[in-house]
Amino acid sequence: MTNCPTLIVMVGLPARGKTYISKKLTRYLNWIGVPTKEFNVGQYRRDLVKKYKSFEFFLPDNEEGLKIRKQCALAALNDVRQYLSEENGHVAVFDATNTTRERRETIYKFGEENGYKTFFVESVCVDPEVIAANIVQVKLGSPDYVDCSNDEATEDFMKRIECYKNSYETLDETLDKDLSYIKIMDVGRSYLVNRVMDHIQSRIVYYLMNIHVTPRSIYLCRHGESELNLKGRIGGDPGLSVRGKEFAKSLAQFINEQNIKDLKVWTSQMKRTIQTAEALGVPYEQWKVLNEIDAGVCEEMTYEEIQENYPLEFALRDQDKYRYRYPKGESYEDLVQRLEPVIMELERQENVLVICHQAVMRCLLAYFLDKPAEQLPYLKCPLHTVLKLTPVAYGCKVESIFLNVEAVNTHRDKPEVRIFFKLEDLMLVPPGTALIPC
Amino acid sequence: MTNCPTLIVMVGLPARGKTYISKKLTRYLNWIGVPTKEFNVGQYRRDLVKKYKSFEFFLPDNEEGLKIRKQCALAALNDVRQYLSEENGHVAVFDATNTTRERRETIYKFGEENGYKTFFVESVCVDPEVIAANIVQVKLGSPDYVDCSNDEATEDFMKRIECYKNSYETLDETLDKDLSYIKIMDVGRSYLVNRVMDHIQSRIVYYLMNIHVTPRSIYLCRHGESELNLKGRIGGDPGLSVRGKEFAKSLAQFINEQNIKDLKVWTSQMKRTIQTAEALGVPYEQWKVLNEIDAGVCEEMTYEEIQENYPLEFALRDQDKYRYRYPKGESYEDLVQRLEPVIMELERQENVLVICHQAVMRCLLAYFLDKPAEQLPYLKCPLHTVLKLTPVAYGKCSGEAFKTHFILLENKLCLNK
Repeated sequence: MTNCPTLIVMVGLPARGKTYISKKLTRYLNWIGVPTKEFNVGQYRRDLVKKYKSFEFFLPDNEEGLKIRKQCALAALNDVRQYLSEENGHVAVFDATNTTRERRETIYKFGEENGYKTFFVESVCVDPEVIAANIVQVKLGSPDYVDCSNDEATEDFMKRIECYKNSYETLDETLDKDLSYIKIMDVGRSYLVNRVMDHIQSRIVYYLMNIHVTPRSIYLCRHGESELNLKGRIGGDPGLSVRGKEFAKSLAQFINEQNIKDLKVWTSQMKRTIQTAEALGVPYEQWKVLNEIDAGVCEEMTYEEIQENYPLEFALRDQDKYRYRYPKGESYEDLVQRLEPVIMELERQENVLVICHQAVMRCLLAYFLDKPAEQLPYLKCPLHTVLKLTPVAYGCKVESIFLNVEAVNTHRDKPEVRIFFKLEDLMLVPPGTALIPC
Repeated sequence: MTNCPTLIVMVGLPARGKTYISKKLTRYLNWIGVPTKEFNVGQYRRDLVKKYKSFEFFLPDNEEGLKIRKQCALAALNDVRQYLSEENGHVAVFDATNTTRERRETIYKFGEENGYKTFFVESVCVDPEVIAANIVQVKLGSPDYVDCSNDEATEDFMKRIECYKNSYETLDETLDKDLSYIKIMDVGRSYLVNRVMDHIQSRIVYYLMNIHVTPRSIYLCRHGESELNLKGRIGGDPGLSVRGKEFAKSLAQFINEQNIKDLKVWTSQMKRTIQTAEALGVPYEQWKVLNEIDAGVCEEMTYEEIQENYPLEFALRDQDKYRYRYPKGESYEDLVQRLEPVIMELERQENVLVICHQAVMRCLLAYFLDKPAEQLPYLKCPLHTVLKLTPVAYGKCSGEAFKTHFILLENKLCLNK
């Protein structure tokens, strides 16, 4: 997808959501398979200057402060270079204020010298309420203010913002007309987009234009226990078991008690999720892309049958469960690609309940909880359990609610697999097999 | 996807690409399953005033002209209302200059009264070269100028543009801050996007930000004949037959001869397209979403076997081939949904060769040639045939239409499905 690496440069006064955007964008890009890393210059400063004293560090005439800040920016850029040019990173997000044209030119030149495409993301906001809310959410708990009262911290931080204001040069339609950038205004009310150069920049712009900060919760759960679950068989399109139907009723009760404003309900196009949703007695939307992973030739088999009939496939899957594709079926990696529009729409929406399937739920959960590909296929998503995800500060709070209706356990942990030969030699064997190592 | 209908309102001086955008957007939305129709006020004017005389019709003080033009706008809006409120249309594209704030307020009120969400699309361009090129491409051949020489037509049209300029009020960041709109500047160099309200507006913005007007060609073909094609069986993941391999070589030769600048080659992740691409000796990208339609329980059967084993399914498919989904498989409608990212990336790219499959190629072709769902599953996409699609504006209607060259590679006989 990317030929040359992309350097994303955040721009904006403090408390404008730069780090929020950096982290979220990084999480999204990694989830869709684009290796991305963020570099927060403030963190470099905290590592260098062990104890933060006051806003005076950021005064424009504080020579010592300026020296240290420049040193940190250069150290971060050096790590960017190492990540993009030596560690196979595709995208680096350089998270700092970068509020002067001079600083941005330095970074742009750095990008050019190293063969990176540079894309600026500026967040502009003048609404004092938004800024005050940001300070409460993410600054009061910062390591910088660990020994301060909230009032002291807020007062100091407001003065910190002032230090930047005089020299702030916003991205300008005329002066910066040759740069590639998106300017986000008032937390997404409007956007100015200039010179999008390639596919990845176009995807980044689309993503940034769809996210919002309105408080809301996302509820994820699987369908109620199905007839095939009871038999230990995977896939298929079975209906709910007796306990599964009880779960559906409990879910309806739970949703009612939660009293959620304007809840949207989404299901897959498989019977078991639709039957679960039906019990709620509210409108719901069916998405084919929420269907469970296609197990191809292994559909409706038990794990024992798979191991017996397709022992090699079975072992290969355990070796790389994320990338392994069932013959005539799908991999988790395929799932992520088909679920991307769901994630995009979840970002646009507010309160949503998604009734889906084990593998699908693992993919969605990995996105919200920033779990890497190796862990994704092993995330625990038991039946009859609702996960309530609520965005908070830079991350996501998770509450797990078991709805007290018993169900079978469909989870398989990653087994110990001893590799005697390389995968290319197709000699992967499950444990317990006697073999002479090569 | 849409709760209340959406009214898209084009804004801009003449020759800024409004009709081009209207038609392209309408084609895209219909293809992804959102019933959309465009309403070109100029066309209403041509139907009412049989013969166009000169730019003087558009002079700001021409009372008769103003009266007719307002009448046409209202007639078009009335048809919009009928389409959205009575005919189950989801999106209407109102294609006119709409260059004054007053006119846009009238339309906005119309939208509000009828429960539509209004979204403005403005095209702003000051580059004289772009405007001159637009005039050559779509205006000289317009019915308005059928009896004029090119020079006469150009001169008259430039004066027509002038008629609008004095009263032109572009969408303003402050004055129009409560409206939902996208302002496209310099044919897509930059965009100003304000207050995107819902999913469909977000998709429209994404689409508009990905299209371009750089000349290029898209080549579509199927894999070479496969072993299962030879046996009259559908689906599966077979390799190429002997003749299929010959086709791959012919394709390589054809591509070389065409001398295409920076050609990208895409295949599916099935053996038969990959083997075809391998013969080209150039890098190619594999897309899983380009895989052939999944025939579910009917995979690798012959049509006779399907008719024998699944007679009801077989009949149902013929009844509504677009929406019919094979048991444990897919429908053409599903295919379109999974091919949407391919279309989006094709819009972004320039010269591309897509080596795919019959049902997939039908879906892509239907997008480019604006074929409706009923016709899509019956589009002819024979083996060993390359379709070269080059965007070119026809004289009589602006917007994008494709010249198709059917290139049969030598005399390769192939099995028709």
